[in-house]
Amino acid sequence: MSTEKVKEAIAKILPDVETVICYQQGFDGLHTTPLFIKIPEEINGLIWNPLCVQNLTSYLPSIKKKVGIVVKGCDSRTIVQYLQEGLIDREKIVIIGVPCTGVVSVKKVLREIGHQPVAGVAFDDNGNIVVKTSKGDRTLAIADVCPDKCATCQYPTPIVYDYLAGDPIKSDKPKESVHEDIRQFDEKTLEEKKAYWEKELEKCIRCYACRNACPMCICQDSCIAETREPHWISQKLSLTEKFMFHMIHAVHLAGRCVECGECERVCPMDIPVAKLKKKINTEMKELFNYEPGVDPDGKPPMYTFNVDEVKIKEHKL
Amino acid sequence: MPDTGYLPKEKVKDFMRELAKDAVVYAPCLEGDTVIFRPFSEERTLCFDRPANSPPKSVIYPQSEQLFAFEYKKDPEDHQKMSVELKADTNVPGMVIFAARPCDARGFTIYDRVFIDTDTPDPYYKKRRENTLIVTLSCAEPSPGCFCVGVGGGPAHKEGSDAMMTELEGGYFIEPVSEKGKAILNKSMIEDGSPYLQKAQEAQAKAHEAVKNPFETDKLKISQDLFNNDAFWEEAVSKCVSCGACTYLCPTCYCFNITDEQASGKGERIRSWDACMFFHFTLEASTHNPRPTRFQRFKNRVGHKFVYYPEKYDGAIACCGCGRCIRYCPVSVDISEIVSNLTESGQKQQQTAGSAKK
Repeated sequence: MSTEKVKEAIAKILPDVETVICYQQGFDGLHTTPLFIKIPEEINGLIWNPLCVQNLTSYLPSIKKKVGIVVKGCDSRTIVQYLQEGLIDREKIVIIGVPCTGVVSVKKVLREIGHQPVAGVAFDDNGNIVVKTSKGDRTLAIADVCPDKCATCQYPTPIVYDYLAGDPIKSDKPKESVHEDIRQFDEKTLEEKKAYWEKELEKCIRCYACRNACPMCICQDSCIAETREPHWISQKLSLTEKFMFHMIHAVHLAGRCVECGECERVCPMDIPVAKLKKKINTEMKELFNYEPGVDPDGKPPMYTFNVDEVKIKEHKL
Repeated sequence: MPDTGYLPKEKVKDFMRELAKDAVVYAPCLEGDTVIFRPFSEERTLCFDRPANSPPKSVIYPQSEQLFAFEYKKDPEDHQKMSVELKADTNVPGMVIFAARPCDARGFTIYDRVFIDTDTPDPYYKKRRENTLIVTLSCAEPSPGCFCVGVGGGPAHKEGSDAMMTELEGGYFIEPVSEKGKAILNKSMIEDGSPYLQKAQEAQAKAHEAVKNPFETDKLKISQDLFNNDAFWEEAVSKCVSCGACTYLCPTCYCFNITDEQASGKGERIRSWDACMFFHFTLEASTHNPRPTRFQRFKNRVGHKFVYYPEKYDGAIACCGCGRCIRYCPVSVDISEIVSNLTESGQKQQQTAGSAKK
């Protein structure tokens, strides 16, 4: 099992780092929560299973000391993007990569079990999660309750790492499948899309969980959603303000969003906000043939400039 | 008239329609996977089987409300002079909050001390509060993160409710709590509740047993040493991402901001929820911020609920234990665990554990 290998790797790097960021059990069987290991005794608190969903890399830019971190393939894309944007110092980070066959979406599990309180959770050897509730056990295939990103995952093995806890895994998902959901959504008419987003964004409570959990939202305390100067968004709770905030969030992530899905995972009102970012990434891929967070030597399109972009025909307008 | 009532399940919608005749009835409705309090209408899907994602607090205390509208006007005689015209609309319709959970209703009692029971009551809150009837639904089992019994509440705690329903096999047992609540027993759908009294009491007792109490003692005694120890907070909330999910979903958080939202000479002054987890919450005009770090802001959140509010209001805790801040936290920060570690008994336990480790 990877758990032992992860523990071994942490024990190895701990003397060289201030802390190692990994996972521990949360307040119930379905939830994990970050664990910051500072001393060897704390390694026993670590867990590693498909409920280790959170993208822990969002803590990295704010930590100044040398740290170790445990990442899945998808999480490692954030590190690549951080390196491209100069947001972290590679010398100060020790990466323990764990090849991953897919994680579990807590929201999907809750939907399947009818939002019952969960007494406990187990994993069997056949790729299932067994959820115990007061009404009995429920066995669910992880593939059926994985976040959407896992269903089309191209990078099950971390792209950057110092230690790899497990054998590398190759993706068996077709590359074309990645943007399939966006292409399907695009077939809706403009009116249908408008109605869809109005209904979804109306639920927004402006808690900014999506923004604060987003590893690439680097404006942090200067986000224009709250600043009075410039005063682009008012404190009113209207749909217009909500729409504006989510559009700004999405556009700020053009060619930067690593599609970790944190924004959508953390939304307390279950708004599919990741779809907005993915749509923009789909456009970026189309325009610049660029995929964020996969090539440490690549340059994000918005960080560079060509007078004549191959696919932007502004001179011919 | 009997003291208690009984509402058969098949008559719930009729009952709600009846209430909706002279009030806007807010009830928990399903939208996708999300349960939200919405004005009841026939096309909505009601959902009573789990607590709503967001509490009904915005019904009485809107997330954003206009205090007044203003318009600057030039004096036709003297263009140097400007006058400002103010308009305040204080009309509030009759409202019903239906099938809220007892903790949600108890949350309003925490606001009442701040907004009503003072020398300068808040007219906006007061009017909405007085115009609202709260009919709660007692909880049959705890949801993940619930700890109402730890803060003096319970799955059938009646403080804040006007009437409380308890689900039985074929219907709901109804206990009036206030005079306002008694009046609903007059509605034609309500039968005599006395044959169901015992069953309801049994159900309530069973539910009470099932809720965890994360705190050792009945009375929460926070250790001042720990509370004022920055290292404790840095350690306890290093994972917090400082978003506002916990505060905005909290039935007892009431901090607000007042802003003028203005364009071309007219606008409105609004009051909107604020969250102490945000950097801007304490940002001063000088650009100094007395709480620049996440842990300081989190300390304030816990402090307000478990230290400062109790000091001001005779020991009352400003937390109803609904568990939403735990359930919906992006990183599963558990306030009940933090408060438990902060108590004097929790501190002793940690010291013992610490010395055992050495």
